[in-house]
Amino acid sequence: MKKLLEVENLNTWFHTSKGDLKAVRGVSFDLEYGESLGLVGESGCGKTTCALSIARLLPKEGRITGGKILLEGVDLAAMTEEEIRKKRWKDVSIVFQGAMNALNPVMKVGDQISEAIILHDKTSKEEAKRRTAEILELVEISAKRAENYPHEFSGGMKQRAMIAMALACNPKIVIGDEPTTALDVMVQAQILNLLNKIRKEYRMGFILITHDLSVLGEICDKIAVMYAGKIVEMGTVEDIFERTAHPYTKKLISCFPNIHGEKVIPEGIPGSPPNMLAIRPGCSFAPRCTEKQPCCEQSEPESRQIGAGHYAACHFVRGGEGR
Amino acid sequence: MKNEIIRVEGLKVYYDLKDSFVSNLFTKKKKQVRAVDDVSFSIGKGEILSLVGESGSGKTTTGKAILQLLKITEGNILFHGSRANPEDKAYMKSFRQKAQMIFQDPYQALNPRHLVLDLVAEPLDVNRLVSSAKEREERVVLALEQAGLSPGGDYLYRYPHELSGGQRQRVVIAGAMIMNPEFIVADEPVSMLDASIRTGILRLMMKFREERELAYLFITHDLSLAWLISDRIAIMYLGSILEIGSADDVIKRALHPYTKALTAIMPTPGVNPEKQRNTLPGEIASAAEEIVGCKFRTRCDKAFDKCACERPALKEIEDGHFVACHLY
Amino acid sequence: MNYREFRYRRLKEFLHAVRNNKMALVGSLTLLFFLLVAIFGPIFVPFSTLEFGEVEDMLLPPGGEHLLGTDDMGRDVLANLISGARISLLVGVLATAISMVIGCAIGIVSGYFGGRIDQLLMRFTDFFLVIPWLPLMMVLAAVLGTNIWNIILVIGITSWPGSARVVRSQTLSVKERQFVERTVSIGASSGHIMLRHILPNVFPLVFANTVLVAAIAITSETTLSFLGLGDPSQASWGMMLHYAFESGAASAGAYWYYLPPGFCVVAVVLAFTLMGYAFDEILNPKLKNR
Repeated sequence: MKKLLEVENLNTWFHTSKGDLKAVRGVSFDLEYGESLGLVGESGCGKTTCALSIARLLPKEGRITGGKILLEGVDLAAMTEEEIRKKRWKDVSIVFQGAMNALNPVMKVGDQISEAIILHDKTSKEEAKRRTAEILELVEISAKRAENYPHEFSGGMKQRAMIAMALACNPKIVIGDEPTTALDVMVQAQILNLLNKIRKEYRMGFILITHDLSVLGEICDKIAVMYAGKIVEMGTVEDIFERTAHPYTKKLISCFPNIHGEKVIPEGIPGSPPNMLAIRPGCSFAPRCTEKQPCCEQSEPESRQIGAGHYAACHFVRGGEGR
Repeated sequence: MKNEIIRVEGLKVYYDLKDSFVSNLFTKKKKQVRAVDDVSFSIGKGEILSLVGESGSGKTTTGKAILQLLKITEGNILFHGSRANPEDKAYMKSFRQKAQMIFQDPYQALNPRHLVLDLVAEPLDVNRLVSSAKEREERVVLALEQAGLSPGGDYLYRYPHELSGGQRQRVVIAGAMIMNPEFIVADEPVSMLDASIRTGILRLMMKFREERELAYLFITHDLSLAWLISDRIAIMYLGSILEIGSADDVIKRALHPYTKALTAIMPTPGVNPEKQRNTLPGEIASAAEEIVGCKFRTRCDKAFDKCACERPALKEIEDGHFVACHLY
Repeated sequence: MNYREFRYRRLKEFLHAVRNNKMALVGSLTLLFFLLVAIFGPIFVPFSTLEFGEVEDMLLPPGGEHLLGTDDMGRDVLANLISGARISLLVGVLATAISMVIGCAIGIVSGYFGGRIDQLLMRFTDFFLVIPWLPLMMVLAAVLGTNIWNIILVIGITSWPGSARVVRSQTLSVKERQFVERTVSIGASSGHIMLRHILPNVFPLVFANTVLVAAIAITSETTLSFLGLGDPSQASWGMMLHYAFESGAASAGAYWYYLPPGFCVVAVVLAFTLMGYAFDEILNPKLKNR
């Protein structure tokens, strides 16, 4: 059974006046049809750059410098700008954080969605309208509201309208880049439930990018934890939470308050993420790692398999040398 | 309460909505936004009270009103027992030195064109609390180091954009602490920071509480965060407090239907297979619409007739635990 | 690092930025050239600008002693050009200074306080905004006399309203920013806020505007002089153009008389404009970090 998405050793660099910023340094993962992957990490880890690379929406300073992005076997990274423009939004669509502010305030919501459909599928106006009504129902907005303007929608509804736009052309993969961070916790839950329902129904691949570990447990099948442009641990939700392997993952999980646990402020992680313009040899997490040993700063750990589908990039996980 | 620092009594903050020119021609009625609608509570020395609510609940407006950063429509703010009078210049001067604010977005809260030295020293400059440049610099270095930025001297001549989010927030905190305040309103101080950085800032805030008996009004939408650090929690909805009590009481023995819904919906890190978090129907109503009776009744599955007629007052159910609901 | 290191680093970065930004480079070098010419020029060209020359020296084409030829009165064109540089730059700078000081002060006070003060000041500004500058200048010049100081005053008075409006709208948006709220919360007075917070954040706009106003000021002076309302005792570029036109130099084909001053005006105005565009980038500490 062919995989929906295979990312192989993706490298994306930004060309800046101070040198090359290596935002993504060799990221690999796959996605099956209908599977949902959570890409989690803190600011600067490269998760958004990863998403933008897959959707080929990098700013002009960014370039995919290596690796492959195989969507149903076809390498998106190798395509030219022209070729990608035809595919964009049809195969891979993306919902951004605060996307609700991207709605044109002087155009009716329904028209904006129809516009996306007409532009990509070249359908007639009536056909586009019909499909718009369908999609709005899908995101639990009554089709009548297509006649409203964005300011008549609440924040949550606007975000759902953006999701509708992302779904308008029946994409194979939807990427949500912190789609609910700007919303209330109640609305956040609504939207995540919705996304979950839709991707299961339509067997879409779903990549959820977030810094909030606590929401991943409910809607993701597998999780990839990123740090300094690499995936430091990847596995199923159970693997990550119950058989945590990488020191960074352990620390990160402890930073989220859990009301069923102890009422103690977690220690957090001292220091700050490395400067991506000047990457030092060895493990990039070593300077901040409490379990560090001398070999950590000399050689970069490779991704080692710990269990079925569970990998971690650390010298000291089971299956590697060290302890 | 004898160690009381702040007492809020019947606070109301109403805004007049400026309607469009055309609709003003047709209707005489002006829309009023009831951002804060009759809120009362008190905070004692060294106590942390969290104000929790969704957007539009009025929690930020309450915080700013207490610090006299907005116009209060009705109600009293008592600081050390004496009524706050924004017109009294001497009073305001002394008040502002003792009551400070920590803002949500550390980048927006700092003038991007000012150096860290000037930003942290500004409270001293404005209140003429130092007499020499040397003293000024020493006090700033001390404040920075107390806020966890060490060595302080390294940070003096930097601009905010050269610092990370966590460092910037520490600069904001240094600026707030430099005058040794007694009371701090912290408006979502960590929501824009990464999880691993948050803990550092929270620990810093707790340290000040231990060392200086600093009292906090902690404003947040994150209930689990509120549980973690507060002594007491007040749940706000559309400008009113629906429930208030100790942190454990409110979270673990929630009384109000809204509180129960919020606690049920709190995401917890871990494996939660198919846990469809039960969400409330509808969305939070607009604070501009006048709602008769209980403000929450439109989303409450336990609402009955009385809820539509009379607004419930806060009633003490167990020791220190109050709820505003007709079910009790 | 300490204060001295910081100042040094800032200066280095500023110069580096100017060097790298082509517009700023061209603009500032051009202005520097004209400034040096205005200050040191007369040393190198020892001809008098006011004395009438011999009849056979009139309207000589460029060459020999007179690098740019002579005008209709036998005066050396180059000498006049250099003297004109002084006048034009002086007028430009002073008139702009008046305009910006008034415009900034009114704009910031109006925008910050709002309410009745704002209404009052803005109506006052509108009054000046609507008056067409050329007729006003002509009237004032006629009434006050065509003295160089009056010219400067007139230009200053007619160009500040535009700046005031621009500064006011920028003030309105800066006022809402959270760091202003923070400054209120530490007990700062309105004066402190306007001076230390509003002004520095309005400054880049002001500076860019200033430079453009300077360009306008120089053009205005040239226009006034050309129309005969300038100070006849000062040989500005505008006056040169005025005499060139009056004496029929154009039809006589004496291009060396009218082209050089025209070219100089254009060059200086263009230099100011380029600098105006480029300097905001350089002065904004945030934008450098891309």
